[in-house]
Amino acid sequence: MIRLKVNGHEKTFDGDPDMPLLWYLRDVAGLTGTKYGCGMSLCGSCTVHRNGEAIRSCTTAMKDVAGASITTIEGIEPMHPVQKAWMEIRVPQCGYCQTGQIMQAIALLKEKKNPTDQDIDTAMSGNLCRCGTYTRIRAAIHQAAKELA
Amino acid sequence: MRLIENVSRRGFLQGALASGVFVLSARVLPSPLWAADEAAAAPFDPTIWMSIGADGTVTIVAHRSEMGCGSRTALPIVVADELDADWKRVKIEQAPGDPKYGDQDTDGSHSVKSNFELMRQVGATGRAMLISAAAAQWGVAAKECSTEPHIVVHKASGRKLGYGELAAAAANLAVPKKEDLQFKSRDEWRYIGKESNALFDLPEIVTGKATFGMDATMPGMVYASIEHPPVLGQKIKSLDDRATLKVAGVQKIIKIDTVEPPHLFKPLGGVAVIADNTWAAFNGRKQLKIEWGKSPHSVYDSVEFRKTLTETSRKPGKVVRNIGDVDAEFAKGGKIMEAEYYAPHLAHAAMEPNVAVAEFRDGKVVAWAPTQNPQAVQDTIANVLGIKKEDVTCHVTLLGGAFGRKSKPDQVAEAAVLSKQLGKPVKVVWTREDDIQFDFFHSVAAMYMKAAIGANGKPTAWLQRTTYPPIGSTFDATAKYADDEMGLGWNNLPFDIPNHRAENGPADYHVRIGWLRSVANIYHAFAIHSFADELAHNAKRDPVEYLLNLVGPARIVPLEAKGDDAEDAKAYPLDTARWRRVIEIVAERSNWAKRPVTKGRGFGIAAHRSFLTYVATVVEVEVDGRGQVHIPNVWTAMDAGTVVSPDNVRNQVQGAAVFGTSLALFSEITARRGIIEQSNFHNYQLARMNRAPRNIDVHVVASDAPPAGVGEPGLPPFAPALYNAVFAATGKRVREMPLSKTKLV
Repeated sequence: MIRLKVNGHEKTFDGDPDMPLLWYLRDVAGLTGTKYGCGMSLCGSCTVHRNGEAIRSCTTAMKDVAGASITTIEGIEPMHPVQKAWMEIRVPQCGYCQTGQIMQAIALLKEKKNPTDQDIDTAMSGNLCRCGTYTRIRAAIHQAAKELA
Repeated sequence: MRLIENVSRRGFLQGALASGVFVLSARVLPSPLWAADEAAAAPFDPTIWMSIGADGTVTIVAHRSEMGCGSRTALPIVVADELDADWKRVKIEQAPGDPKYGDQDTDGSHSVKSNFELMRQVGATGRAMLISAAAAQWGVAAKECSTEPHIVVHKASGRKLGYGELAAAAANLAVPKKEDLQFKSRDEWRYIGKESNALFDLPEIVTGKATFGMDATMPGMVYASIEHPPVLGQKIKSLDDRATLKVAGVQKIIKIDTVEPPHLFKPLGGVAVIADNTWAAFNGRKQLKIEWGKSPHSVYDSVEFRKTLTETSRKPGKVVRNIGDVDAEFAKGGKIMEAEYYAPHLAHAAMEPNVAVAEFRDGKVVAWAPTQNPQAVQDTIANVLGIKKEDVTCHVTLLGGAFGRKSKPDQVAEAAVLSKQLGKPVKVVWTREDDIQFDFFHSVAAMYMKAAIGANGKPTAWLQRTTYPPIGSTFDATAKYADDEMGLGWNNLPFDIPNHRAENGPADYHVRIGWLRSVANIYHAFAIHSFADELAHNAKRDPVEYLLNLVGPARIVPLEAKGDDAEDAKAYPLDTARWRRVIEIVAERSNWAKRPVTKGRGFGIAAHRSFLTYVATVVEVEVDGRGQVHIPNVWTAMDAGTVVSPDNVRNQVQGAAVFGTSLALFSEITARRGIIEQSNFHNYQLARMNRAPRNIDVHVVASDAPPAGVGEPGLPPFAPALYNAVFAATGKRVREMPLSKTKLV
């Protein structure tokens, strides 16, 4: 039996301990804001927070989140300054990768209050966007940083 | 023809529309019925477009799919503007697949182009009827009344009535004739063409509440992951599923018949693992032991195939456009330039892999899918299961990217086939590996170019040949020549050259071929605009000045066109004045004339027209000491005629620059022994933030011309502009994509 916290709620899981957190969140817990994109930590669509830090849920097994506190996009109180900036700058096109992008950006801004372009590139280059919204993502992170300051 | 009808009293509405009191439909009438009273006798099956509830909520139907291009927002904005509705009180209802909506295949960059006038008419009809309702209530003439957002106003008396208050009265009125409608003038538009960050689904997207295909569920559904034949057409020789059936959560194994050509959008075939959840299905699948039979496509080898394509493109092909006599000009003995270009297969790689959920029950199918073409879902499932098209219901979710892949609903048919066998709803989830290896691939192409150079460096003859497995092979296994692809940047060269011939050579397919964002324009533009730049440098002329000279004086270029293209040729003539203007704008915005000339840094330009839209792009590159290409700046000017949302146009063009960076620098699909060699983002690489263009300046040309395409036309000029910039920076002329295969240092 694995115990964990998801968005502040206590959860237990007695399925396959090797099941990636992603599929637990989506298929078992019904939290579909976290997306499947590659299954290999290559695209970042599945990004969630483990104890506040951004991780790829597609390659994180349930046995590795025992006792952890997981936050998904559903656990972010809307509208977070990052979400607001995403809306004002109208970042999304299709929107599929954007919850992962937002979770990655929130984690970045916790660590670096006023990130440079270089900081943003380093933190965000693991998150693919096939629609190609990168310039807007960068602008939105700068804008959110200003609001959070 | 479309007949706008008042269907308020029919009481058959469902979903968000059900709160509608005043409801307008637009029925498609076969044209012979149009003028006659027979229209009334046609079966009553209205196509609802708009309703207004007693609370004033306006619900507008989106009949085309949302994959990130913005049409789900753009078309309702047009209705809302002519209706003079308050956008904040508008709801959107997504239509299922149904031929009564007309074409729903959200491809070809024509959602706004093909529906702009109909949406205006629906909105203007509603506004006229609300005004009539108010005028009757006040006992004044309708022409004394006007509207403010969501309100009818009688200025003389200062009286006002809200749309919600008027809905019930409007529901009793006759529909005015189109010729009696008062459309807004362009300067009265509140939303169309205005700066706004409106995107209907934005709040749901940023909070994770938006429903994509991957998020669709049906009660009692099971999950399926399918091992497809590694080589197209292979059949199962032997299957050992014992280990799979021992995996926790795996329920059952089901074989799906291997597809026979023509492949259409039918399931590829293979072995489906049915499980309690996605992970169990993926996991169980890894334990399958399958021996596959032979396929004629096992011979497919991309290295060998490239030689074949290249050799074919050196020989005379089928002539698709001929002006003057290129052979006579080449025979004159002047200077000749020749070049060969190559572009590989590409996979679409939308961030959301192929996915669908479907239920077969009592001979009927209901599906939820991220599809660009819900009517193709109906057709495909009807064909595969032998049921009637009208017995297939396809609901459309948001699409997590599509780029043409999701016009081809093979995975929805897989879900329907499996559901029929299991007797319960099935969700088919493709892995990323499936998505890359079993795509309908963008075709691999070889181009041969030849020009006779005149006294001033301008060509006097231009021959171009292109060869690739055609998209037609997906629909007719014997097809070897391109068809519609010729209109995608090959039979419509705008250059001012007296002798010109365009040809197409034959090629066999070995994988399923399909359209990908801007389709054949990608390789056609790469060859044409790279070659133009080669000629400019050969002439020792500035590339922008040379390009303007090549395009020549402002004129309408006569084109031979058939079918839809012929209609478009009338409404959207190829106008070199517009072509020249985007070049001039982008040269000015990039400060081309004063661009820095330093080693390792270069500017390149290309201009292309596709989907009836004119686009010029300047790319700036920096090539570092390791030969890595960085893109500090991109400037694009786009003339797409009338646009609904300028900011959405900018977003699309910015996205096209990133998509273009992926295919120009990184992406390539290859086959060996018929098997695709790439599988995930480590070996099918896409541009990431650190390698994507840093700044992308987009200028949307103000225009009163009818609306043209936006989603695709930003892409074709990008790669040649980039390669031309690399030449300016390094002196290396690279003639094949992607650039990562060529060492620059």
